This record gives sequence, structure tokens and C-alpha cells, in this order.
Amino acid sequence: MGLFILRRSGVMILTALCLTFIVFILTNLEPNLEKLAKTQGNFRMSDEAVNSWLNNNGYGQPTVVKYGQWLGALPGWTRTTEEGVTGRCITGTQPEAEAGQAARFCGILQGEWGYSTRFKDDVASIISVRLGNTGYLMLWVLVIMVPSALIIGVLAGMREGSVTDRSLSTVSILTTATPEYVSGVILIAIFTSSTVGLKWFKGTATSAMENPTFENFFLPVLTIALYGMGYIARMTRASMTEVMTAQYIRTARLKGVSFHNIVLKHALRNALIAPFTVIMLQFPWLLNGVVIVETLFNYKGFGWILVEAAGNNDIELLLAISVVSVVVVLVTQLISDIGYVYLNPRIRIS
Amino acid sequence: MDPLSWTGQIAFLNPVLALGLGLLGLSVLAWIGLSSLLPENRAITPSGAGLSLPTGPRELSGLVVRLAFLLTAAVIAAYLVLGLALGTGAGIIGAIAQRLLPVWIALVLLFALSIRFKQRLGLYGKLFDSPIGMIGFGLVMFWVFTGIFGAFDLIITHDPLAQLSGLKNKVPGTPLPRPEDGDFQWYLLGGDNLARDVFSRMVKGAWEVVKIAPLATLFAFMAGITLGLPAGYFGGRIDTILSFLANLILAFPVILLFYLLVTPEIVQTGLPQYMAAVLFAFPLIFFTVLINARFRTQPQQNRLWLSVVLIPLVWGYFSLINQTGSKINFLPQSLDLFNIPGGILVVFVSVVFVNSPTVFRIVRGLTMDIKTRDYVAAAQTRGERPWYIMLWEVLPNARGPLIVDFCLRIGYTTILLGTLGFFGLGLPPESPDWGSTINEGRKLLAIYLHPALPPAFALLSLVLGLNLLADGLREESMKD
Repeated sequence: MGLFILRRSGVMILTALCLTFIVFILTNLEPNLEKLAKTQGNFRMSDEAVNSWLNNNGYGQPTVVKYGQWLGALPGWTRTTEEGVTGRCITGTQPEAEAGQAARFCGILQGEWGYSTRFKDDVASIISVRLGNTGYLMLWVLVIMVPSALIIGVLAGMREGSVTDRSLSTVSILTTATPEYVSGVILIAIFTSSTVGLKWFKGTATSAMENPTFENFFLPVLTIALYGMGYIARMTRASMTEVMTAQYIRTARLKGVSFHNIVLKHALRNALIAPFTVIMLQFPWLLNGVVIVETLFNYKGFGWILVEAAGNNDIELLLAISVVSVVVVLVTQLISDIGYVYLNPRIRIS
Repeated sequence: MDPLSWTGQIAFLNPVLALGLGLLGLSVLAWIGLSSLLPENRAITPSGAGLSLPTGPRELSGLVVRLAFLLTAAVIAAYLVLGLALGTGAGIIGAIAQRLLPVWIALVLLFALSIRFKQRLGLYGKLFDSPIGMIGFGLVMFWVFTGIFGAFDLIITHDPLAQLSGLKNKVPGTPLPRPEDGDFQWYLLGGDNLARDVFSRMVKGAWEVVKIAPLATLFAFMAGITLGLPAGYFGGRIDTILSFLANLILAFPVILLFYLLVTPEIVQTGLPQYMAAVLFAFPLIFFTVLINARFRTQPQQNRLWLSVVLIPLVWGYFSLINQTGSKINFLPQSLDLFNIPGGILVVFVSVVFVNSPTVFRIVRGLTMDIKTRDYVAAAQTRGERPWYIMLWEVLPNARGPLIVDFCLRIGYTTILLGTLGFFGLGLPPESPDWGSTINEGRKLLAIYLHPALPPAFALLSLVLGLNLLADGLREESMKD
């Protein structure tokens, strides 16, 4: 088990390195840097001005070197001018004596996430604030999505082909066929529209960042939860029907155990192993949903900074975002693997 | 011209529909309630006992549900038939039903022919035994025909890009203020915030989906199959490397990938074209290996088949990736068959790129399962080459799950295309695709509902249809 986790962690780190390097290459392509220079400097810069801006700010180096500096494996660049020394690890321009005291390495290995060119702020602080907002959203999504999906799946899979099964399966197919931007629009139209709608909820969740209430927070949560719910419910149903046809369930029925007891005591525990991994693997998709829903409801969280950073080619913020999302994806994969082994005695013992 | 109401002269049907829907809702609730509360009826009824009226409350409620469903379906059919006959006399519904006339004809023909010859049509014919599959197929084909006829300008009432002054954000059924001769007199589903016709844009949007989604899914399947078969069959190092790459792409958040790939700056560098050159090469490799594995021992036939299949494919491939004025430009103008607008190519490439790792994983898993079967061992004993076994023994036996997944994946691709449109990536800003239209409509959703809802329901029904179709296919292929 220890070796397994160790190997998985190794693969995880390799994947994270590859992915951030790909993001690094894509954001550091020639036209992207030019765009960055023009948004940071001014839009009418000549090509030479763009080049000198890029060189002065350390973007002119080879991509691998820049990646090493971002990672903290190579010393950060410095440039000496008449006014003093500037560099990756130095804020502003400083006289030589003070610049000498600055750290030589400053990458994510040293805990320096860099500086956002879009928000003019430290990347680490932006990420922590926005991730907090999104974390709160995700928490409520999980609170709503997981129990309802499991209940629907178990009820449907309990008696395959029954009326309950067919109606609940139809509902779950319907929700998997409705992406967030469709269900969000329909929910907003029904519940918030000022002309014909019910006016039960608010159409934006901007105020929910400081003061989340049922009125302004329920619709975004519901929108994300609905799309993921159908898939988990279908997987739970499949797992439940499989368990219900197993030999030991038949034995229990023939012994005369009541149906109620069979479902709760014999079937349920085995039927919930598969959905556990499905729920864990659902996280990357939730991340997509978060970006859409945060745009739709104007809730400024992780998805919102992704859109902002990508739209403005904010290199260091984008890299931080990809690190966070890759870590989320890989850690949930790891948990699902370990959990599957742990929950399923047949695999654990062999 | 007067504004159109929703139903016009056939308004007398509205109470009947309300009654039917109410009855259907109530009876479904009663049915679910009764069947979960009352014990199961496990009595065995002798076959051939003849028809008898249902007796228990369970059966009775089931009967009521069926009747209510039939009533509702009949009323909806009446709306369509009367609408077809009366046209604009039957309000917006009538006018839309009449505009969609070619679609109805095509649907009726398709269903009549398919049901008539369903014995001879294999899995496709069996689809018509399952009501769920039929409903799904009907929904999908409705949008496919709408898209195709829409592309020929048969259905649309106005130019989807034309802006008519005075119709900005107008409600459905608003007449044109200054109609010219030959113009359609109304905006059937109203105007959007740039005063364009919502109905025509929705119909044109169907074509955007129909032309991209199935083809992109097909390319993703070609790439996934070509790489998944050897990974599953050989295992070992090739499997480790390919799986690592697939997981790498899968670990990427889709939207971040789209944002990085589908920007004008990246298009400038020619990166999407290079990716297209790689991804679109997979069908070529696939067909070459497929034919070569089959006719390796008969060189003459081998050459014949290879040239028949490969020459058009290679030509198409070069025309596809070649584009004047971009990074890949080597083909003389006269040989370049067609040009794909840059935006569409990027969208296409990124959708294929995102989908192929999942297909790869499915094919790999299926191959690992199937290669333990006896017929594979038999082929190995016969001395068949690995590629022959993979493509002519393993692949045909994996077709069931792959066909089902193909349907589901077209739906997923449709959702991805919508996502791209929703974030305004790739497709031109005035493009009528559903995602962009939803995105434009949502900004004024609090005041005007009609621009955003038609494309939303269109996308929902198409994806739902594909899901139901996949379910029907899965059910029918399991019966074998």
C-alpha cells in the first residue's frame, strides 16, 4: 500500500510538471507575450518597444530558463541599470546593496507564486481569497448533490424495471442532458425573471460573496448540482442493480428477510463502493461547472479568475490556477484509488 | 399586420392540452405512489388467457397513465396537424409547424421506411422495438433534418444575421414594421438585442452543431481506436506511455485548455494547424492498417483497395490542413479542394483533442477484456498478425459499447461546442450557434426571456435525444 501511494505520488508530480510546462509554453508564445506587453505598456507600442519591454521584464529569456525560474530551480533574473537593480525576486528598482540581500531563488518551490499582471496583486493572496469563495460554493454543491444522487440511484436500482426505476431514470437522464449554461438560464428564467417569473430567488450571486443567503446562493448551487447529480445517480443505479442480482441477496430473500432489511443491511454497503469513485472522479467536471456558473451568476471565485487570467494572458496567475486545478484532479484520483482499495475487501486482501 | 398570438384559431385546444397534462402529471404521481406503497404482484398469469380488464389499483393507475399520455400526445399532434393546415392562422405554433414542413415529411418518411424494413436492418432496425430509443432517435433526427434543411434556407424566415430596425428585443409574433414584398411578415420567436430573428438563428444554429459534432466525434474515435487498440493489446511500455499522455490531457481542466488553445494569438502561431495535421492523420493510419492487415497476402487486391480508399482520403487531408496565408501552405491553389475558416478549424481541433483520450481509455479497456477470449487465442494460433487480430477480431466485437458511447459522445461534444460558444471562444461573434446565442441572451434575461430560451431548449432536446438513443441502443444490443 505504501509503495502504491509512493508510486502514484511520483506519477502525480510528473504529471503536474508536464502540465504546467505545457501551460508555460502556451502562455509564453510570441503573440501572447506581445499582447501582454501591449496591455501592460501601451497599445501603440512599436515592435522594438515591445521587444525592449519584454527584455527588461525578463520575458526575453529562453522558455526553459523562465520555467526553471518560475519553479524556483534556477536563480531569478536580475538586471542592473543606472538606477539600481531590478529582478524577479526584487520588488521595483533597488540600490545594489539592498538588491544583494534579496533571495536568489524565488519560485513556487520557495512559496513565491509570483505577481498577477491583471489584478496588480500577489498571486497567492488572489488565489486564496477566490478559492475560499469557490470552496464554499463546492461545499454546498456536494451537500446537495451527493445525498440526493445516492438516494435517487438506490431507489431506482432497488427494483430494476419498476415504475420508480423508470421515472427516476428519466429524471437522471434529463439532468445529465442539461449542461449548466442551459439549466442555469432556464432556472433564472423561471425563478428570477422580473416579467413573468416567480421572483423567488436572485439572478446574481454577487452579494453572496459577503453574505450568502438562501435567496442569492441557492440557484448557483442547484445549477451545478443538477448536472453532476444525474451521472452519479445513474452509476449508483447500475451498481445497485448489479448487487441486487447477486447470489447472497437471493439467499437472503429466500430465507425470508424483509425487503426493507435486504436493501439497508445487505445491499447498500456493497452498492456504495462504485459511486464513491465516481463522486471523486466527478471533481474535474465540477470545476468546469464552477467556471460556467460563476460567469453566469457573476460570483467572483476561482472560475472567474480563470476567465480573467486567460483573457488577459496573466501568465503567473494562469500557472497558479493550473497547478491548483491539476492538484485537485490528481488528489481526487488518488483518493478514489486508495478508497476503492480500502472499501473493497476483495481487492485489499488479494 | 397584427401581432401573432401563440395559438391563434386553434386556441380551443389549449384547455384540452391543460387537461391532458394535468391528468398525466396526477396519474404519474399516483402510479409512482401506488407502486411503491402496494406490494408487488408476483402472480403468474398464464399466457394466452386473453385480454382482461386490469383489476388491482396498480394496474388501473398504469392504465390511466397510458391513457393520459395518449391524450396528451394526440392533442400535441392535433396542434401540429391543424397548424400545418392553417399556417399563421393558428398563431406562432401553426406558423412554426408550417415552416418545418420539410422536416416533418423527412421524419415521417424515415420512420415509415425504417419500421417497414426493420427486420433487415440489424441493430438499427431493432431500435424501433424500444419506445425510448424511438423517441430519442426522433428527437435527434428532428434536429438533424432541421439543420440540413436550414442550411438550404428552406426553413428560416429571415437572414439570421440581418438586423431589422424596430424589432430589437420584441416579443414572439411581432410583425415587421415595414415589410417588403416576399418578406415573411413576422418574427416568429421575437427579435434579439441586435434585432435579429431568434427563430432563424436557432435553425441555423442546428446546422452549426450538425456539421461539427458528429464529424469531430468521428475523428476523436479514429484517434482513440488507433491508439487504444495497441495499448490494450500489447500492454507494456507502449501502454504506459500512451496512458500517461491520455491522463495528462484528461487532468487538464477543459475550459482552461480551451482558453489556451482557442485565442486569436494562438491561431496566429499556427499551433491548431499543426495539431490538426497530427489528429487528422489518424483516419489515414487507421484505414491503411485496416486494409493492409486484411489483404496483406493478396498484393494485387491490397494495392487496389489501398489506392481506392487512400487517394481521396489523402487529398482530403491535405486540403483540410492546407490553408493559403497560414503556416501550412504548400498545396497549389488549384489542388486545394476546400478551405475551413480558421475559427471552425480551431474549435474542431480542440473538441477532437479533448474527446480522444476518453475514447482511448474505453477502447483500451475493451481490448484488454476481449483479448482474453478464445477466438483471439484461435487467431493467434492460426498465426495471424497482431494488427489483423486487433482490427478484424477485437474491434468488431467491441462495436456494441463503442456505438453506444458514440451517441453519448456526440451529445457531450454538443455540450462542449455550446461551452465554447458560451465563452465566446473560436466561433465568430455573430455566429448563430446555440452557445453564443445563449450567452448573448442571458445578459438581458431578467427582462427579456425569448432570445435565450429557444436555443437553450434546442440544445437540451438534442442532447436528451442522443442520451435516450444511446439508452435504447444499449438496451437492444444487450438483448442478443
